[in-house]
Amino acid sequence: MSLITFAGRGPLSRGTRRSALPLGTIGRHLRPFALPAALLAAWELAAHAGFVDARFLPPLEAVLARAVAEIGHGDLAANLLASLQRDLIGFAFGGTAGIFLGLVIGFSPLAQRLLGPLLLVHRQIALFAWVPLISMWFGGGETGKIVFIALAAFQPSLINTWQGVAAIPRSYRELAAVLTLGWLDFARLIAIPGALPQIFTGLHSALIYAWTTTVGAELLLNIAPGLGGRMNEGQHLFHMDLLLLCILLLGGVGVAFNIIAGGLERRLLRWRTP
Amino acid sequence: MGAGRINASRGPADGVDRAIPARRRLAAAWWTLALGLIVPLILLATWLAAALLGQLPEQILPPPWAVFDTLSDIIGDGTLASSIATSLQRVAEGFAAGALAGLVLGTAIGLSKALRETVDPLFLAMSQVPTLGWMPIVILLVGIDEGLKIIVIGWSAFIPVVLNTSQGVRDVPQAYVELGRVLSFSPWSRLTTIILPSAVPSIFTGLREGLANSWQTLVAVELIASFEGLGYLMAYGRQLFQLELVLAAMIAVGLIGLLIHGLLTLAETHLQRWRPEMPR
Repeated sequence: MSLITFAGRGPLSRGTRRSALPLGTIGRHLRPFALPAALLAAWELAAHAGFVDARFLPPLEAVLARAVAEIGHGDLAANLLASLQRDLIGFAFGGTAGIFLGLVIGFSPLAQRLLGPLLLVHRQIALFAWVPLISMWFGGGETGKIVFIALAAFQPSLINTWQGVAAIPRSYRELAAVLTLGWLDFARLIAIPGALPQIFTGLHSALIYAWTTTVGAELLLNIAPGLGGRMNEGQHLFHMDLLLLCILLLGGVGVAFNIIAGGLERRLLRWRTP
Repeated sequence: MGAGRINASRGPADGVDRAIPARRRLAAAWWTLALGLIVPLILLATWLAAALLGQLPEQILPPPWAVFDTLSDIIGDGTLASSIATSLQRVAEGFAAGALAGLVLGTAIGLSKALRETVDPLFLAMSQVPTLGWMPIVILLVGIDEGLKIIVIGWSAFIPVVLNTSQGVRDVPQAYVELGRVLSFSPWSRLTTIILPSAVPSIFTGLREGLANSWQTLVAVELIASFEGLGYLMAYGRQLFQLELVLAAMIAVGLIGLLIHGLLTLAETHLQRWRPEMPR
């Protein structure tokens, strides 16, 4: 089916596509919901027909009941807030450090030559390989987790800021030289505004990385209030409904971060000529 | 991990000015290397000096020679080799499964608008959940054996491969597609001679991100649930407060990461040598 529909993208064979889609326009709007709805229906059916052990696949209403109960006593909300707080503190530290160092390296060829290779090698070390070291140095508590999250946010903001500054057209640099701008004015008037889109890209990735790492930190380091802690609990007590609920929350936060970051990027970069 | 797509696989330092003749470029490369080694050497010297002067508690940072001894120990008794073999095998299996599935789904989604509109929303929503977030559920479903590692590693490779493959397939220039139609290619040869080759750069980006993700996820999974492999070596060292073992394992993880990065860069240049200029 896929190949036929592909041909349908071109102007030559419109008819092919229409015949492949008898549902028409209403169907097209419903299409994004079709698969989730079908999966949910299959899930519900499987859970009730007893094909699957209810411990492995609790019926939807069990997850819903769990959600209602958790919202009722506010436990999950508190855990979510704890995770978010940790996440954002780490993100703030790591993002700031990344942008700062990225600007330094982007501006100074010497700094780039001295630090660039080290930082590129550092990028290749798997992030989670730092966990044992961080937990020894900073403990497995709050400090260790935040350091780890900050490290995750640091990389993308550093690399993107660096690239953004390095990509500033040479003519701009020459203009700055002609106008005899000092480096501070060059940074303020030309480099930072010019690199801003890429800096935002870096921060956006950093936000997503930090969230991934928050979950990892909560699963790997000491158990503390947070979604990762609840997931640990769900795993050990075999509460599948709780785990599924946590997954929904994790994904929801990811989606929310993407929407917020995308919206902010568009707003803050409004001044750019398209 | 996650869906964060960072287009930052290479630093700006990689850009080589083509106008410079080869000999001067070589000299410049040596110069770059020398300058790049200054800071690491200073750090190493500081570490060595602090350890020699006894200013460094071993629980914070063991002396460099202890790390070196441990490294040669685990190389000597084969622990390192078997750990690396286990880890690499897991990455290979997980990445192969995830990348293959990702290529198929990505191509299908890229070709068919109907399929894309059906599958994309669910896929994107699922990709927003941090990979490790799935682990507790997968552990309950399949246990903590090899299945867990392959599923989680595979999933982390799957996401970028699907995203980039479908994008690459969708971005095939319309003119090429029409050429194929004019020459009345069969769907299969259209796919293999036009669409996939044209999507290679994008597919490769996906594979590279996928492999990097696999390696990252492997370390995390092995730290959480495993009894062998490099991640386990680190977790073990941490539990015994043997920081030199942790550091030795980190060195191995870093070197393999570098090696993977280098091989991928080589393969990418090789695969795209037919392109007149490489779009970045």
